[in-house]
Amino acid sequence: MILSIQHLYYLVGFVLAVTAVMTLRDASNPKRFSSGLFWALYAAVFLVGERLPPTWVGVGAVVMAVIAGFGGVAGGRHAPRSDAEYLASAKRLGNKLFAPALAIPLVTMAGTLSASHLIIGGTPLLDPKNATLVSLGVGCVLSLALVCWLTRETPAQGMRESRRLTDALGWALVLPQMLGMLGLVFSDAGVGKAVAYVTTTYINMDMRFVAVAVYVIGMALFTIIMGNGFAAFPVMTGGVGVPVLVGVYHGDPAVMAAVGMLSGYCGTLLTPMAANFNLVPAALLEIDKNAVIRAQMPTAIALLIANIFLLNFLMFR
Amino acid sequence: MLADVNLWPLIGVAIIIAGFVLRFNPMLVVIVTAIGTAMAAGFPLDKVLATIGTGFIKTRNLPLIILLPLAVIGLLERHGLRQHAQRWISSIKSATAGRLLIVYLAARQLTAAIGLTSLGGHPQMVRPLLAPMAEGATESRYGKLPAKVRDKLRAYSAATDNVGLFFGEDIFVAFGAIVLMTTFLREAGIEVEPIHVALWGIPTAVCAFAIHAWRLRRLDKTLTREMAAHQAALPVADSQKA
Repeated sequence: MILSIQHLYYLVGFVLAVTAVMTLRDASNPKRFSSGLFWALYAAVFLVGERLPPTWVGVGAVVMAVIAGFGGVAGGRHAPRSDAEYLASAKRLGNKLFAPALAIPLVTMAGTLSASHLIIGGTPLLDPKNATLVSLGVGCVLSLALVCWLTRETPAQGMRESRRLTDALGWALVLPQMLGMLGLVFSDAGVGKAVAYVTTTYINMDMRFVAVAVYVIGMALFTIIMGNGFAAFPVMTGGVGVPVLVGVYHGDPAVMAAVGMLSGYCGTLLTPMAANFNLVPAALLEIDKNAVIRAQMPTAIALLIANIFLLNFLMFR
Repeated sequence: MLADVNLWPLIGVAIIIAGFVLRFNPMLVVIVTAIGTAMAAGFPLDKVLATIGTGFIKTRNLPLIILLPLAVIGLLERHGLRQHAQRWISSIKSATAGRLLIVYLAARQLTAAIGLTSLGGHPQMVRPLLAPMAEGATESRYGKLPAKVRDKLRAYSAATDNVGLFFGEDIFVAFGAIVLMTTFLREAGIEVEPIHVALWGIPTAVCAFAIHAWRLRRLDKTLTREMAAHQAALPVADSQKA
């Protein structure tokens, strides 16, 4: 294959390495050495991570967490332009400003949909297993060229802007990956089995409605703990869904799976463990880190209650 | 279920909940939980570190969607994208934050349901376009926004993107979750058609739209009330200062 996800890792590793160097040389950053080390370690994970022994990567992840955990990651000063300059530029470029912003999702979409047809000499152009992410990468590079041409800026200025936003995000940028790692550690250590054992041993599921509620609420709670509905699904469906809802009460498994997974998604709306959806957007929008979860909470809880009734009625038609 | 299940790894669940409730730094909470859980499962120290390292490498795809668009979004912001998005929306007289977000919710759910999950997202849609538009629509109605109202609009913009994505994508047959569900059920000896799983996601998706859209309509009413209270308080605060 010609473009794989590995190329994106190199690209991101390069951007992070540039960020690390710019941070180390930035005298306005009060913690430039620890911040620089943090971004350099992260760059190394992308550039050479798969070639290092896993134990070393583990040590690196622990060092990164310790730097971030004790406040070692800070941003430099980035002078914003004046309001007048922003407005003048917005007036001059007008709707043209929308084009590069919309180009990213449109190219990603076009790439994803056409990936299976883009074959040159028998080799697929885009990695078929990661078509969306690879198309996103292509979209971002094309869009960067377009925006540089429109605004007469250089790619180097693009790197400076990328670093400005990386500084604004800080260590929150790494949190989704840390939590993803934790999910894998949980499954290696057998946390899922233990939870399923405890749930099925201590809750009485002789009433059908109770069993349905345990499954729906259990999916949400377990997703809140794991940060991911995909991790909760095998546990709750293996522990309660298949043996009780299908085995004892003869419910329709297709309904169980669909409503069960979407109950897990209600949990995703409620948990800081789903950092990519809840904490990172809060950092990106420069608001309180729990503000997005608070805005979602009433929707998630109302929908969870709706799901209990939907599952109870649709599964036993 | 086996009686000889090792229950010690459950200590990880306790550590993570305690860590988040006591508001320790999340990075420290996560790494301490990972080490604690692996040790509770009886792993020796080098295996603990190797498990962490392998997990960290396997999840490298997660930050790509945030990191890759930053250069473009940063440059566009430097050239006034947010200001332009605000001016553009305030030229639409009927636009309110709630109505804008309802339209976005519907578009996000429908496009995700046909597999176009990448047509939205926080770095490429919410920060540069959706949140500034929600702020612009509110500002052109009521004047300058206090920080509290502005932050609320941003939080609702991010929340609407999440709700639309989550309760749209599961209706798409080729989506990973559907594959995961049918594979898991097949291993448990139950055959289901992927299309049936996708179709039974629709009732929940409809409820999600109804509930969240209703809340967005209420958001407009709350904004009217909050901005009226804010403006009533302004001269009072000024006179108190004087």
